[in-house]
Amino acid sequence: MKAHRGHPAWWAFLVHRLSGIALSIFLPAHFYVLSLALRGDDRLDRFLSWSRQPLVIAGEWVIVICLAAHLAGGARLLALEFLPWRNWQKTLAALAAGFAVAAGLAFALAR
Amino acid sequence: MIARRETLLWAVQRATAVVLAFCVLVHLATIIYAVRTGLSASAILGRTQGSFAWGAFYGVFVIAVAVHAALGMRVIAAEWLRMKGPVAEIFAAGFAVLLAAMGLRAVMAVVAA
Repeated sequence: MKAHRGHPAWWAFLVHRLSGIALSIFLPAHFYVLSLALRGDDRLDRFLSWSRQPLVIAGEWVIVICLAAHLAGGARLLALEFLPWRNWQKTLAALAAGFAVAAGLAFALAR
Repeated sequence: MIARRETLLWAVQRATAVVLAFCVLVHLATIIYAVRTGLSASAILGRTQGSFAWGAFYGVFVIAVAVHAALGMRVIAAEWLRMKGPVAEIFAAGFAVLLAAMGLRAVMAVVAA
């Protein structure tokens, strides 16, 4: 029954779902922080200063990876559903993973 | 009737995914540019305040993400949280309204001059 688990397509599904959940939990907090600007620049600046802690930066890095992984995984799904069928499940999953890692590295280097 | 509704929701999920693919690419590039040049309220607001283009972009981004995330959570609520029909629907609708309201408020906060 669970023979499909462990297949790259199953991992791609799991990463897509978990990254989606993580982003859905993160978004209200992200919107709240940006709304601090309504109460003055200094409120936003205080939060940005607080966010320079290593743990917060690590959390940001995880969210950027989730965002890139969800984007690439979504593009993979759209390709599977809307382009002519080819035996490219593993290739698309590998490309999606590669894109997420590249985005994470770019963020880590910039931060 | 249910099949038609499910097909419509599937199409909306995919249509918002296409919009979001573009928005997320722009957002990822903006994030990397922003953290590279230094994160501060003045740097962020300097880019966005009074900008119709950023306001329109993030307005579309927020609406697409509110719909897309809520439809995804609807499926997860039914499959993983075992919520039954109307409960999952109400959960998803509530989540869409929450994200849209908070997101549009955030857009207003950074765009309004």
